Amino acid sequence: MNGFGFQQIWVYLAASPLLHLFATLIAFLVATRVNRWAGGTQLLHPVIVAIALLIGFLLLTGTDYTTYFEGAQFLHFLLGPATVALAIPLYDHRERVRRMLLPIAIGSLVGIATAVVTAVGIALLLGADPQTVLSLAPKSVTSPIAMGIAEKLGGIPSLTAGLVLLTGVVGCIVGPWIFRWTRITDPSIQGYTMGLAAHGFGTAYCFASIGAVAGAFSGLSMGLSGLLTAFLLPPIVHLFGL
Amino acid sequence: MSLIVGMSILLGCQFLGEVISRALALPIPGPVLGMLILLIGLMVRGGVPGSLRMMGEGLLKYLTLLFVPAGVGLIQHFGLISREFWILAVTLVVSTAVTILVTSQALQRTARRTGKHQESDP
Repeated sequence: MNGFGFQQIWVYLAASPLLHLFATLIAFLVATRVNRWAGGTQLLHPVIVAIALLIGFLLLTGTDYTTYFEGAQFLHFLLGPATVALAIPLYDHRERVRRMLLPIAIGSLVGIATAVVTAVGIALLLGADPQTVLSLAPKSVTSPIAMGIAEKLGGIPSLTAGLVLLTGVVGCIVGPWIFRWTRITDPSIQGYTMGLAAHGFGTAYCFASIGAVAGAFSGLSMGLSGLLTAFLLPPIVHLFGL
Repeated sequence: MSLIVGMSILLGCQFLGEVISRALALPIPGPVLGMLILLIGLMVRGGVPGSLRMMGEGLLKYLTLLFVPAGVGLIQHFGLISREFWILAVTLVVSTAVTILVTSQALQRTARRTGKHQESDP
């Protein structure tokens, strides 16, 4: 009797958006705690831990992604307005942008071209599927923009979202090491580079580990390079005949 | 009320961006055009309204949480990921490392050459 009642409750909960929205928030809270216990290491980034917990939960309960997304879509939807909101840090730092206009313009163009050409080139060289290549192309851009670009190009937006997150983690691990090795000490350059190569993850890392100047430049770079990539990426990808 | 005003501004810009992107069949996502529209609006107005800042900065503060639902979507691609695991791993690591190296060098060199780079002053 008791078991039957529980099953009925489960059937009801599993079908309503409440359960998976709640599970997503709880997973994120737990992941943030886990990351703090682990001393804030980038290898256990809260987003990655939360995703791993949720994938485990879905596999254990035999829930498919469509059902999960019915609840989680309320959070996912906010990526749109959050992208629009990137205009605010861009506006706040317009004086800095004007002062550093030339380095920023050259750095952005060179950086974006490098990110796209290396991603597409290496993946093609290693024999990846065309659809995988198109999903990889916008990997350095913050995921709402990257998913939009992948969709327009004919990649797989949900695969792109995952690859973007992994790129962010990789950037936070190799970035500081490269800066030390090449003796780049200027926080504005470190910040701008992290925002361009590792989007929001780079920005969060800069605010937490380098400082406010690096964080502001990283946020600026994330917005600006996202915007520029949306314009530049389709023609670059066409050069590869995709 | 101010959160509602702030959210309405953001959604309004996104809506306009989406309409323009579809109407002109542009390769640029609607929210990106929305960002441009908002940026132009802020320049014309000459300031960020308090309601917009409260909503916008709140969203940006929890940006990483918003990535989670899409990231869980990796569950749908286990097949593809296990098939192309090494391609994906090598591409992500090498491409990201090269991008960081090239971008920081490009910035460093142009900043030094223009000599107007005040942030680097001690």
